[in-house]
Amino acid sequence: MKKLIALGLTYAVIQILIMTNLISDYLQATLVTICINIILAVSLNLITGFTGQFSLGHAGFMSIGAYVCAFITLRNPTIFGFLIGVFAGALAAALMGFLVGLPTLRLRGDYLAIATLGMSEIIRIIFINLEITNGAAGLNGIPQFVNWTWLFIFMTATILGISNFIKSSHGRACISIREDEIAAEAMGINTIKYKVVAFVIGSFCAGIAGALYASYFYYIKPDLFGFLKSVDILVIVVLGGLGSISGSILAAILLALISTYLQSFPEIRMILYAAALIAIMIFRPQGLMGSRELSLELFGKLGDSLKSKKGRV
Amino acid sequence: MTILDVNKVTKSFGGLTAVAKASLKLEKGELVGLIGPNGAGKTTLFNLLTGIYTPDSGTISLYKDGEEIALQGLRPNKICSAGLARTFQNIRLFKDLTVLENVLIAMHKNIKYGFVPSFLHLPSYRKQEEKLVEDSIELLKIFNLDDKKDELAKNLPYGEQRHLEIARALATNPKVLLLDEPAAGMNPAETADLTRIIKEIRQKFDLTILLIEHDMSLVMSICERIYVLDYGMVIASGTPEEIRSNKRVIEAYLGEEVNNA
Repeated sequence: MKKLIALGLTYAVIQILIMTNLISDYLQATLVTICINIILAVSLNLITGFTGQFSLGHAGFMSIGAYVCAFITLRNPTIFGFLIGVFAGALAAALMGFLVGLPTLRLRGDYLAIATLGMSEIIRIIFINLEITNGAAGLNGIPQFVNWTWLFIFMTATILGISNFIKSSHGRACISIREDEIAAEAMGINTIKYKVVAFVIGSFCAGIAGALYASYFYYIKPDLFGFLKSVDILVIVVLGGLGSISGSILAAILLALISTYLQSFPEIRMILYAAALIAIMIFRPQGLMGSRELSLELFGKLGDSLKSKKGRV
Repeated sequence: MTILDVNKVTKSFGGLTAVAKASLKLEKGELVGLIGPNGAGKTTLFNLLTGIYTPDSGTISLYKDGEEIALQGLRPNKICSAGLARTFQNIRLFKDLTVLENVLIAMHKNIKYGFVPSFLHLPSYRKQEEKLVEDSIELLKIFNLDDKKDELAKNLPYGEQRHLEIARALATNPKVLLLDEPAAGMNPAETADLTRIIKEIRQKFDLTILLIEHDMSLVMSICERIYVLDYGMVIASGTPEEIRSNKRVIEAYLGEEVNNA
């Protein structure tokens, strides 16, 4: 119940800020980036943070969602077409995740990272060379349907869905793979199945994120979804803490804010951004949240301890 | 009634034959010891039985409800589901998870709900999870670990980590339990406690147990039969008394007598 109130408040406050124009168009773009990055980071966290499978191909799945949604909305520019586009994009990404995951998830650690990296490069190069995707120039004039409401719906659905999943027996099976794959198998967990499941769920959500991206920014091209985008997402996950959903959310917000603020110093922007990353990793090597979660109860406890401290003074 | 039949199982690593045509049989309800000098192939045999390695030749059969299940070549999780569970010599708990979660994971196969209820936490999820937690706590009580259920496994004292490993193996509801050096590193008091627990769970869960152990007082006191492994071969088998006086066993442990000294 408390959760619902908190969610409703977040939505309402930002919606009011947008309607009263207190959030400028520029800030709104940052808001969209934050929401999309949260979806990407939380879903990659399921693969890398919870299941322990190091993937460098998340941007590849995102691009599939983006292109599928763009195709559908270009031909059917209605809200109905948009919704079909999002789900078709997500399903296509999930299908790709399944096809790629089945053979590559037998690999471990570094080998898996290289295999997923290769996979996302293949996807990118296919998009560059296909005629229907308009090659390297990309697709233009994609109708915009995404607004704060849709973003909020898809983002909360992703966060709640994945955090519910990891609290279920299926989710625990995924976590046991990260903890000790041999022991997990010896305890009857079908490790291949659960690695693929985590991969498919993760790529499904990445597909959603890609679709939302295409539908907000009008324009997509293959280069947007290259290796660097995958690394960007991985940075958010590691910075927030592997295995912490609230960590991923915090890190996505924090990095977007740092990046936006640094726009005023264009020459040294990337240097400062990198310096900030290094600083965070030195002082919080386990990530902002480690593997813990922020919760409303935690705020409650903080409040209590503050009160009791004041009481003593 | 035979429950586990291991027939001439062989496994080589390059030029080294770790297990050579080893055969052994477990009768239902027995508590059998597996001993041998270091490097005799005991743990390799366990790894063959539980599917971590695939045997080069030979067969492993589990008899469950009158049916024969061929275990050789199956993946470890299938073997576990068939009813063969194990503990590890070097403890392999899920260290960063709680005591309760360790047991819950091993109970995964009892879960009937699909993926959709797990995303939405539907009533079927709630009901089954509650039951699962109840069963797990019931199991932890046997090991006096129920009041530590929310502690991380890595923070438990060594002896209790060993207990938790056994509890986790039991959570998979096995017919045959393989214990790999359960008393390693324990003091006499802890070993005595372990002995009591092994006897108790054997009764309570109607188990057949195969146990690797170096602590001879433990092996001799609780095992009904003993197999002795040396250089990957079964060199002797019999009751503890027979094994104690077996010439080949003494040779394996102490070396041959030199005749023309």
